[in-house]
This record gives sequence, C-alpha cells and structure tokens, in this order.
Amino acid sequence: MPIKILMPQLSPTMTEGNLAKWLKQEGDAVSAGDIIAEIETDKATMEVEAVDEGKLGRIVVPAGTEGVAVNTVIALLLEEGEDAGALAATQAAPTPKAAPAPAGAGGGRVAASPLARRMAERAGLDLGALRGSGPGGRIVKADIDAALAGGAPVRAAAAVVAPAEAKAAPPPPPAPPSGARYEDMPLSTMRKIIARRLVEAKQTVPHFYLTIDCAIDRLLALRKDLNGRSDAYKLTVNDFVVRAVALALRKVPDANATWVETAIRKWASVDVAVAVALDGGLITPVVRDADHKGLAAISAEVKALAERARAGKLMPEEYTGGSFSISNLGMYGIPQFDAIINPPQAGILAVGAGEPRPVVKDGALAIATVMTCTLSCDHRIVDGALGAQFLQAFKGFVEDPLTTLL
Amino acid sequence: MPVQTVREALRDAMAEEMRRDPAVFLMGEEVGQYQGAYKVSQGLLDEFGDRRVIDTPITEHGFGGLGVGAAMAGLRPVVEFMTFNFAMQAIDHIINSAAKTRYMSGGQLGCPIVFRGPNGAASRVGAQHSQCYASWYGHVPGLKVVAPFSAPDAKGLLKTAIRDPNPIIFLENEILYGRSFEVPEGEHLVPIGQARVARAGKDVTIAGFSIAVGYALEAAEMLAGEGIEAEVIDLRSIRPMDADAIAASVARTHRLVTVEEGWPFAGIGAEIAALVVERCFDELDAPVARVHGVDIPLPYAANLEKLALPDAARVAAAAKAVCYRS
Repeated sequence: MPIKILMPQLSPTMTEGNLAKWLKQEGDAVSAGDIIAEIETDKATMEVEAVDEGKLGRIVVPAGTEGVAVNTVIALLLEEGEDAGALAATQAAPTPKAAPAPAGAGGGRVAASPLARRMAERAGLDLGALRGSGPGGRIVKADIDAALAGGAPVRAAAAVVAPAEAKAAPPPPPAPPSGARYEDMPLSTMRKIIARRLVEAKQTVPHFYLTIDCAIDRLLALRKDLNGRSDAYKLTVNDFVVRAVALALRKVPDANATWVETAIRKWASVDVAVAVALDGGLITPVVRDADHKGLAAISAEVKALAERARAGKLMPEEYTGGSFSISNLGMYGIPQFDAIINPPQAGILAVGAGEPRPVVKDGALAIATVMTCTLSCDHRIVDGALGAQFLQAFKGFVEDPLTTLL
Repeated sequence: MPVQTVREALRDAMAEEMRRDPAVFLMGEEVGQYQGAYKVSQGLLDEFGDRRVIDTPITEHGFGGLGVGAAMAGLRPVVEFMTFNFAMQAIDHIINSAAKTRYMSGGQLGCPIVFRGPNGAASRVGAQHSQCYASWYGHVPGLKVVAPFSAPDAKGLLKTAIRDPNPIIFLENEILYGRSFEVPEGEHLVPIGQARVARAGKDVTIAGFSIAVGYALEAAEMLAGEGIEAEVIDLRSIRPMDADAIAASVARTHRLVTVEEGWPFAGIGAEIAALVVERCFDELDAPVARVHGVDIPLPYAANLEKLALPDAARVAAAAKAVCYRS
C-alpha cells in the first residue's frame, strides 16, 4: 500500500493551507527528513518533511492549490518494491486520522453534540478547528468550554471562519464605472487573515485611545553612548520602547491581560509583540518574557525575528500569543497615529517619530526631542485611569532610561 | 410531618375519597375480608361495609368489565388487580371499553374508573408475573397512566385519579408498599401530568418512575461522590407525560438518562428520548441513555433476575457515560 502524505496541521488554528511548492517531483526518491513541499499557512511558509522513505509516486494536490484542508491526501509515497500499479488501489479521498485529528479533518462532517454545535455558533467558534473529546472525536460541551476558557488561540481561530463559509462563492466585486481600468490582485492568505482579524478587532473590541508625549533626549544620549561601546549590538529607539513597555506592564500588571468573556485573564509573563512590515502585509513576532531581557538581548531578538518574518520562516509559536503589541512608524516620519488592537491582547502602542519640538521648560521656550505615543486600549479590560497609569509608567522609563536598569 | 408507608397512604386516599363521595367503591380479589392481598385495603370493609368494598371471584375479565359498566352507569369504581399481570385478562375492557367510551359515544358517556394494583417485577415471581405495563397502557389514547414512587405522591395521585372523569391506570409497586415517607396531613392532592424534581443537579438528568426513582436517587448519591451532580426527575405520570419538566431539566443539564424496569423496545425511555429530540435537540450534549430491564422474559433464578433488572450502579454508569466520564 502506498503511504499517504497528508496535508499537515502546522499550527493549532490551521484548518487549511495553500500548497505553495513541491520540492520533489513524481518519481523522485525521498528519504525521511527530506523537505518535500512548502505550505503557506495563515502567516508563514512552512516546510513539509517526509516521515517515511520511498519514491514519490503521485502528487495528488498540485503546487499552487489554495485552501487545502488539513489531513487531505496531498501525495502518495511508494514503498520499496512497490510500483506505480499500487497507486491505483489507493483512493485519493481525504482520510481523517482517527482520534487526535481535529473533528473537521478531511473536510467531512464535524461530529459535535447538538449543544456543542449551538454553543460554537453563538460564540463564533469554528468547530473544524477543535478537537473533540467525546466518543469518535465528537465535540461536546466540555470541549467548547475549554476552547472558550482557553480564550486566545481559539477566538483567533474563529476569525479564520468556518470552512463552509470560506468555500461559499464570494460576492462579485462591484462593477467599476464604465471605461475605468483596473486590476484585481488575488488575495494572499496573509491578506485574508489580516482583513478578517482587523475587522473582528474593530467590530468586537471597544477601542479608546490615550496619547502622551515623551522627551527622548536622554534616551538618545544613552543609546549613542551604549552603541559607541561595542560593535556587538546596535540598539534602536524601538528596542528601548520594547523594554519600557515590558517594564511598564510589569509595573501595571492589570494592563497585561486578555478578555475571555467569563473573566479577565491576567498573564503571568510579559510577552511583547512587535509589528513587522512585510511585502504585502505585516506580522507580529513576540518577544517572550521581555521584562526579563536586557536591551542587547531584546535588540538581537527583534532583529532575528524580523529577518525570519521577512523570509516567511516564522514558526506559528513565534507570532502567536503575546499580551501587548508595539507598532512603530517613527522611521517613516509619522508623528502620531492610532493602531488597531491585535486580539486577544489588551492594548497596542502606536509609536511616532522622535522629532525636535518646541517645549516649555522652567517657564521658557526650549527645544526637546519629543516622541508621541498613542495607546489603544480594550475598554473591557483597561479603563481610562488604568491606561493612563500604564502610559505614565512607560513615559517614566522612556524619559529617564537609567531607571530601566533598576 | 407524619411518616407513612406507601401502603397506608394508598389506603387513606381510598378511605378519604369514599367518605367524600358515596359513588366511590372498591372491588377486587381479597380486598374485603382478607384486607387486600398486600394489605392495602386494611380497615376499609369495616368502615364502608360489603356494598362498597367488594370481594370478587378470581376473574379479572369479569370484574374488570363489571367495573367499566358501573363507571359508565355513573359510579366511581376503584378496581384492584392483585397485580397488573393478571389484568391482561381484563385488557379488552380497559382499552376497548374504558379508554374509548368517551370518544365513541361522542362525549355522552364517560368511564370514571381507577384500575390499580402492583406493577412490574417483585421478587422471584417469574416471567409471567413480573412485567411492567407502563408502556402498554401509556400507548393508549383515552387512558391516563400514573406510577408514583413516594407515599405522598401515591396518596395525592390516587385521590386525584378517583376524582378524574376518565379511566386511570394506577401502577403501584409491591416492593415500595412497605417503604415510608413523610406525608402531609389533611387534604393532599397531586395533579396528574406533573413530574417532580426529586433531587436538583446540574450535570445530568435521570428520569424515572415508580421504583426506578429510588435507583435514580441512589445513583445520584453515588455520582455526587464523584463530583457529578445528577438531577432526578420523578415522572409520577406516564400519560400525560410532563414533557415541559423533562425539557426544562435537560436544558439545565444537557444530558439525559432514563430508567425503567420495563423492556427497551417502544418503552417509556424510548418515548422520552423521542420527546427530548423533538423538544430540545439543541440542548443535548450526548445521546440519551436508557437503563431498562433486559430484553428477555424475566428469569426466575435470583442471580439472573438481579442481572436482568436495573439498579443504582447501572444508572450511575449510564450517567457517567453521558457525562463522558468513565
């Protein structure tokens, strides 16, 4: 029997992916560990390794196929001694794995109790992304409760939308005025995810905004001083901002939280996500335990994450989770802007450019380098006063960066 | 509250109704001189005399028909069957005459009669004397069927049944006769068609009637030790069935186990399962589980009889299964 190679589930929320590229062709010998294909998931391109060895007998799902459900047979591997005739015996039908596979595996019917089905519909959960603990993988109330209590990842998965909905033909785009010339660019998976997640965030998270000015002359001086001491690192203003945000979250832990419908979940660790622009999108890799990391460590990590992000090589665990985000457009000269919260986080800090501005100092006009930061808060978790306390703490660390050493 | 056995509560119910309404009389084998085969009619002959407490020959077909005729003629008979197994002799009168009279006479004739007696298995009385008739009679439009568990319900339901203008099948249980409960003093009526939450819980509903309520309560106690809070519904009436109460409970617990001594095929559990699917499908988190007598004629051997009938352990196991616990 040829071995079926299935569409892998590369992250807990992945229900389908695009088969970007085959690196082996039909007839090629494959040994265990060989990279045989690249799969484009929600946000990253991942490599598929062969588990077994043999000869690639047939590519079932051609390169460039979009929306391939997890656990679909994508190729057939001939074992030693098998010839192409064995392929005929193997059905290319999706074969859902027994227990551990998600209930929606194979694109077939999802087994769920009527109650679980109704609860999932109400909560906007995608049943196909859940694992059922009942007999035969049936999704039951306990699984929905766990998913809702688990909050973050599953709520996020909900944004990936039920497969049925995704497969429904989208409404045709509005007809352009006659004679207008245009080109419809096909949506990448990332673009679709960004669109869904941000619509979800703006529609379901009650945003409010707090803006504060921070004088960063001392920060710039310290940065220059530190960068002059070694070539081992090159600190950016953003590295200082990451550290200041991390320390401010530790100082005001109520802002380091997630709304989970039945509770406010306060996170024990401070994981700060940093928005990184990519061609055709953006991604938010996470600096874990940022409050326990020094400037050089943060700097190196952000740099490495950003490089891997631009190469499309981030692992899902590197860009999921995180309790707070930073979006910095200072390098583009933007003085101030408002950002959209990245659910299920409680807030995002929009960091503007540091620029010389007139300020009043000791009753006289003076010039200072000022950086304007705007905090977007999820009002379900963070009230005005709490947001202000956080910004005050942040401003303290930024304006007097030596205190970040304490 | 005074404590009474089910046997005494039934006797009091009949005595009170006989005092209240001279049209009420009791008829059956050994109900008079012998005070009832199971001593349910104790003292009634002394108080009401042999015109109202009538010993019959051993012919259910005969006195069953006599009772139906008396009811059509305006009396309010209570017909005691020594057990409902013997009432198969009288089933033509019960179904074809009693149950259908109001319909077939266009409402001109009624049949206000109570057929009562022990139902279901007792203890080692063999395959022919151990049947549960809840499903048999529950099947018939025109009949009301009640099957109380506790003494207060036995009393309140029997009084209501005697006053009801329709034929009533009143299913008792031999093993329950001697069991004691607190019974309210004074006039105590229980409406037909209303179930009772015998124990509140949130994790699983266990619905049963008659002696099965006892198994359910025992099972609930066992389950509580394992962190499962079972809600026990004492159906009390088989027909009309209190679908609202069952649906409301399932809406709380999302899981249902039915318990009965009768056979599974077209049984009360099957009826309840269908009812729940119709009424509250979206509330179910697990398929309905039925605990019931094994689908065989009941064995006479004590060990096999025990294996063929429901008990608390089997109810608890079913409840855990629908809670996805094992």
